[in-house]
Amino acid sequence: MDFSLSDEQSLLKDSVERFIQNDYDFDKRRKVMAEEDGFSRKNWQQFAELGWLAIPFSEEDGGFGGGAIELMLIMEQIGRGLVVEPYLPTVVLAGGVLRRAGSSGQKEQYLASIIDGSKLGAFAFAEPQGRFNLADLTTTAKAEGEGFTLNGHKCVVLNGPSADFFVVSARTAGDQRDAKGISLFLVDADAKGLSRRDYPTVDGLRGSEVMLENVKVGKDALIGDKDAALPLIEAAIDDATLAVGCEAVGGMEVLYKATVEYSKQRVQFGQPIGKFQVLQHRMVDMFMEYEQSKSLMYMAAMRLDEGYNDAAKRAVSGFKVQVGKSGRFVGQQAVQLHGGMGMTEELSVGHYFKRLTMIDTLFGNVDFHLKRYGSFE
Amino acid sequence: MELKLREDDLAFQQDVREFLDRHWPEDVREARRNTGRFEESKGESPEVRRFFDALNERGWAVPNWPQDWGGTDWTPTQKYIWDKETARAECPQLSAFGARMLAPVLYTWGSDQQKEQFLPAIREQKMIWCQGYSEPGAGSDLAGLSTRAVRDGDDYVVNGTKIWTSGAHVADWMFCLVRTSTEGKKQEGISFLLIDMTSPGITVNPIHLLGGIHSVNEVELKDVRVPAKNLVGEENKGWTYAKGLLTHERTGIAGVARSEMTLARLKKVATETSVDGGSLWDDADFRRRVTELEIDLEALAMTELRVLSQVEQGGAPGPESSILKIRGTEISQTLQVMQIEAFGYYGMPYPDQTLIDNEGPIGEPFALAAMQAMLYGRASTIFGGSNEIQKNIISKAVLGL
Ligand SMILES: Cc1cc2nc3c(=O)[nH]c(=O)nc-3n(C[C@H](O)[C@H](O)[C@H](O)COP(=O)(O)OP(=O)(O)OC[C@H]3O[C@@H](n4cnc5c(N)ncnc54)[C@H](O)[C@@H]3O)c2cc1C
Ligand SMILES: Cc1cc2nc3c(=O)[nH]c(=O)nc-3n(C[C@H](O)[C@H](O)[C@H](O)COP(=O)(O)OP(=O)(O)OC[C@H]3O[C@@H](n4cnc5c(N)ncnc54)[C@H](O)[C@@H]3O)c2cc1C
Repeated sequence: MDFSLSDEQSLLKDSVERFIQNDYDFDKRRKVMAEEDGFSRKNWQQFAELGWLAIPFSEEDGGFGGGAIELMLIMEQIGRGLVVEPYLPTVVLAGGVLRRAGSSGQKEQYLASIIDGSKLGAFAFAEPQGRFNLADLTTTAKAEGEGFTLNGHKCVVLNGPSADFFVVSARTAGDQRDAKGISLFLVDADAKGLSRRDYPTVDGLRGSEVMLENVKVGKDALIGDKDAALPLIEAAIDDATLAVGCEAVGGMEVLYKATVEYSKQRVQFGQPIGKFQVLQHRMVDMFMEYEQSKSLMYMAAMRLDEGYNDAAKRAVSGFKVQVGKSGRFVGQQAVQLHGGMGMTEELSVGHYFKRLTMIDTLFGNVDFHLKRYGSFE
Repeated sequence: MELKLREDDLAFQQDVREFLDRHWPEDVREARRNTGRFEESKGESPEVRRFFDALNERGWAVPNWPQDWGGTDWTPTQKYIWDKETARAECPQLSAFGARMLAPVLYTWGSDQQKEQFLPAIREQKMIWCQGYSEPGAGSDLAGLSTRAVRDGDDYVVNGTKIWTSGAHVADWMFCLVRTSTEGKKQEGISFLLIDMTSPGITVNPIHLLGGIHSVNEVELKDVRVPAKNLVGEENKGWTYAKGLLTHERTGIAGVARSEMTLARLKKVATETSVDGGSLWDDADFRRRVTELEIDLEALAMTELRVLSQVEQGGAPGPESSILKIRGTEISQTLQVMQIEAFGYYGMPYPDQTLIDNEGPIGEPFALAAMQAMLYGRASTIFGGSNEIQKNIISKAVLGL
């Protein structure tokens, strides 16, 4: 057992931390959000130059060979900075599928351009009727001639508006919720028959409804084996679940510290409000929620690095349950203890609260992951 | 002890329902339900205007006011029924600042001239008020306010900054707590002034709340001249009036009827949300949480009824009345969050309402309005005396600590 970081890991952590501190304060974030894409292409290039876009990919694929610990280090900082650049959809989700099952041709074309920052991706896995069930799919891909024809509606696709390509889950066989019969496809954003409805999300990101109407793709668009993609989807989603959980931990750290600071400054009834015991205990609770979440974060990341098995899945779900509950508590209490100020757009506190609320939804809420946790021995 | 409504109360309930169904019909309700446009307004939309006119014509605009000023002779039970039915019908409410907060101060302590000038206009929703209490340095510690009013001939000259003033950007008038004396106890140097928002020297700066909602403002007052006739009651007695106002409105403060509506809608959404071929309502975990909340709400509803029946029998509200606001806001906040949770991924989109008007909703027609309610709802445990302050009051006044 060892909780210390390697030298390389420390360097990575420091580099992301420095960026967040120096180049991503709340005002700068506001400015990048006002850009056309809702994030900064310039920042994205800088991520590429700093090597962050290469982290999870194998050295063979031109990457850095990082695992869950490296992902954790990056995502925790992304959470602290409320970074809006599409690291999760591009690198963790679309990249996560491709690095696991992409053909050499797909990797050359897509992974390489993720790593050098020239292409952005998105993972269209959710459907309106499916809630958090990754296998509940009505989108179909029919084998036709030399390729496939896709039809369906994928919902709330993060980074949909800026994605150059989509990884799309679709049914190639079986019934709506069968585990078997699911396949993954690469679909370029400008494919004929693909249309989007774009929107901002409440936590400052962008998403799309993606409609597929007789979208034709070649044979080479299939990722991995036909009809057998569910484990692959689940693996990428588990990475992403860890990732947003780490974001939540980063956000909680910022919030509990900001609240403690504020309570020392804000004077009411002739004393700093931090002198009121009821608020002291509340902040102690916030701190404990953060620490407990952090513990399960380490556990989930280490388990994932030991191998992708039931123990790892269980750890990821346990972590997600914890951050779902803790994130909600810490977010709500941070707003409450800031009083009216906490309600404003101007202060960062409410924006962390919104992100934490949405992180509970992403990739399955507390109820979902409780059941999943309980389903493993 | 008996829980059933009496015959005459049932007949009254029937009357109210018919009135509301006629003047605020289901199609209007449905259209407004899904609108995520959150703003204070004078209710200028024609259907809202018509509704307020109908209320006034029927004499039901301000049930709680004295009859001399257009109120009713309803019993507390009837008022309770009214609150419940209006919440059920989701009909517009008169702006609370005028009708529920200021009016009781005016008809209790105001001059005849003030009553004549303001009460009918408030009742008809033709004059919108805002509440200028909080200041940057005086939130929970309201008595610490420092906006100064200095007498100069027939006027007061007012200088200071108010903050979090809901609806100041649409209000015609502001009722305002100002400092007229710095001697003695903080509470004893405060006066209650009525300020015309068109007076020179007033600047209203918008404050944007989470989700881009514009409902509150900062109001700067620079050498604003306020005629002395706009002082309510006596100088330096404003704190007493403001506190009287706080205890005045007992019913409705728990928001039981509104939460019951939200709960019903939450169940409806849950039955319509598909999960694994069934519905979210079939999910035992979700259902358990909703059911727990329903029991909490039922307990609160009964607590409110206990308070009402005491008042009906001419008694003062007992200590249990003090929990209404705390529990009511805790329940409504939990409901608001669960509503978002029920939407799953469709809780996330946050488009502009105009986009939805033009191109239709994204996923859930009600999602945007629900998100705004959830975000704004965080304020319910902060304003009107935060829940921490409410508990301080209970521990002192009720538990004797
Ligand atoms: C099973 C058991 C075994 C024990 N074993 C030992 C032992 O081996 N050796 C030994 O020396 N003692 C022992 N104790 C005593 C124990 O340390 C005391 O009970 C403890 O310090 C609390 O003191 P008290 O019982 O006088 O309660 P009080 O100090 O009177 O506390 C009463 C309540 O007030 C709360 N409270 C007090 N001060 C504050 C504050 N400032 N802020 C907020 N809340 C406050 C407390 O949390 C508690 O809920 C034992 C007690 C128990 C119950
Ligand atoms: C949406 C919204 C609308 C509003 N509308 C109006 C309006 O129309 N008119 C108006 O005058 N005001 C309005 N307010 C202001 C509201 O009344 C204040 O926000 C409230 O009084 C709290 O003050 P504050 O924001 O300064 O917080 P603070 O008083 O600074 O409180 C910060 C935190 O400290 C806690 N705290 C403070 N004192 C104690 C204590 N003694 N013990 C324990 N905890 C304590 C509080 O509970 C809170 O959690 C509005 C506020 C909001 C958010």
